[in-house]
Amino acid sequence: MSGLRVLKPGPLSLLQDAGRRGWQHLGVSPSGALDGHAAAWANHLLGNPWGTPLLEIALGDVQLRSEVDTWLALTGADLPASIEGQPLPGWSRFPLRAGQCLRLGFARSGQRAYLAAAGGFQAAAVLGSVSAQSREGFGGLDGQGGKLRVGDLLPCAAAHLPRAASVPWPYQPSYRGTPLLRVITGGDAVEFAEEQLQAFFEQGWQLSPQSDRMGARLQGEPLQAPSRQWSLGVNRGAIQVPPDGQPIILQADHQTMGGYPILGWLHPLDLWRLAQSPAQQAVRFTPVSVSDAQAELREFYRFFGR
Amino acid sequence: MIRLEPAGAEALLLVLADRPDAQLPQRLAQLAEAVRAELGELLTDLVPGWTSLLLHYDLCRTDHLDLAARLTPLLERWLAEPLSVQPGHLHEIPIWYAGADLPEIATACDLSVAQVIELHSSTEYRVGAIGFAPGFAYLGELHERLALPRRATPRTHVPAGSLAIAERQTAVYPQASPGGWHLLGLCPQSFFDVRRTPPCPLLLGDRVRFLPIGESAFRAAGGRS
Repeated sequence: MSGLRVLKPGPLSLLQDAGRRGWQHLGVSPSGALDGHAAAWANHLLGNPWGTPLLEIALGDVQLRSEVDTWLALTGADLPASIEGQPLPGWSRFPLRAGQCLRLGFARSGQRAYLAAAGGFQAAAVLGSVSAQSREGFGGLDGQGGKLRVGDLLPCAAAHLPRAASVPWPYQPSYRGTPLLRVITGGDAVEFAEEQLQAFFEQGWQLSPQSDRMGARLQGEPLQAPSRQWSLGVNRGAIQVPPDGQPIILQADHQTMGGYPILGWLHPLDLWRLAQSPAQQAVRFTPVSVSDAQAELREFYRFFGR
Repeated sequence: MIRLEPAGAEALLLVLADRPDAQLPQRLAQLAEAVRAELGELLTDLVPGWTSLLLHYDLCRTDHLDLAARLTPLLERWLAEPLSVQPGHLHEIPIWYAGADLPEIATACDLSVAQVIELHSSTEYRVGAIGFAPGFAYLGELHERLALPRRATPRTHVPAGSLAIAERQTAVYPQASPGGWHLLGLCPQSFFDVRRTPPCPLLLGDRVRFLPIGESAFRAAGGRS
C-alpha cells in the first residue's frame, strides 16, 4: 500500500484511534486520541467511521510527501499548514496529490493537531487497537508504541472526494484563554474536608510542565487529601490527589489501577479541552451534575456516530 | 456493606468490602465473570481491585442507574452463593533470589538472607488484583515478618522480571518501569505477551508459588540481569 512519506516527524507524532478496549483487567492502558473532539471532527470531515486511525501531532513541525492521490483532514491545534506554498485553512479537508508535500509549522495555540486520511491510516492492531502506547510498548506504526520517524510510510489508500469542506466556524473551538473545566464530584470527595473541596473550585490552578499523555498535573495551593488504603480501578478524567496535594487528572495513557484518593472526574467533553492547554496555562474548575454531563456526551456520541 | 456509585460519566464503581480478605479475590473473580457473562455487552472494561469492581460502560447503551438496577439480582445471587471451593490455578514461578535489595531486606527484617528466601518461597500467594502495568499481578499475603513499607524514594528504573515486595504484597514487574518496592529477585519468565492468548498467564484468584533457582538455571531459562 502507498501512503505519506515522513520527511519531518515532529517532536511527538503518534498514530491513535479510539483506544484499546477490554484489556484493562490485565493492566493494559486504554490510550487513544488525547483530544477526542478534534479527532472526531477530522474523521467526520472525511466520512470516516468513529475511531478511524489518524495521526496525533504534538506541537507540529511535520512534513509529509504524498506517494498517492488522496484526501486529508486537519483539525485541533492552530498551526500554519501549506501544500507547495499554498496555505490551508484549519479544521478542513483538502486533496493531496502524489508528489506534493504537506508542511505543518509549530502550533500557535493548542497543543495537538489531528491529521486524518480518507479511509484512515493502516497499521496492524495490537490487542484490538493501533493506538501507540509508548510506556507499554504497544501499537503505532511499528507495533511497539513508537513515535513517527523520518522515512516512515504512513500507509493510506487513494481517494477522491467531490469538494473541500470545513467544520462550520461556530464549532471550531478556540484554545486561547483560561478554560473553565467542569467536574463531576464523587469518589472520595466525601472524605475531603468541606473547605478543601471549596478551595479546589475557588482557586486558579496552573498546568505543570510535567504533564504528559498519562496525566495532567496541576500546580496550586496544595489540598489536604484523605488517605486510601486499597488500590482500585481508575478511569480517564479521574482527579487524583496525592499526598503532596497537587491534583493529577488522568488522561488517555492512564494506568488501570491507582491508590490515590479521587476528588471527582472531569466532564469527558472538557478533558479534550485540557489536552489542548500548554504548560503553565491557568485552568479553573466548576461543578457539573453527572446527568447533565451524560446528556451532553450522549448527544456528542450520536452526532459522530459512535 | 456493598456500595454502588457513579465514577464519572461512563463508569460505575462497585465496592464490596472495606478491606480484602483471603477469599475476596476469588469471590471477586467469580462476580466479575458473572457480570461479564450477563452484562458484558453494555461494558467496555471491567477492572477488579482489592475490594472493588470498576465497570466502564457504553453510555450509548446504559448508564449507572440502569446498570445498578441490573446488578442488584446478580449481587443478591452472589451473596447467597456459598463460597466456591475451587482452588484456582497454581503457577510455579522460578526465581533467582538475587535482587539488589536482598541484603537490606534481611537486615531490616532482622533475618538472614536464607531465612528471607525461605519465608518468601514457602508461602502460597493469591492474585489479588492485576493493574498498574500490563501483567502486573498484586500477590498476597506476604509473611508478616517480611512486611516493609515502600522505599522512601522510588527507583526510576526497576528491571523487567524483578520480583519485589512492599507491605503485605509481592509482585513481579513485567516490564522495566519506575517502582518503589524492594527488589528481592529476578524471574526469567515473561508475564505479558500480546502474541499469547491470554496475553497474561496470571488471572485473578489464581495461586502462585515461587521456586528458588540458581544463576545458571536463571540464564538457561532465558533470564537476563
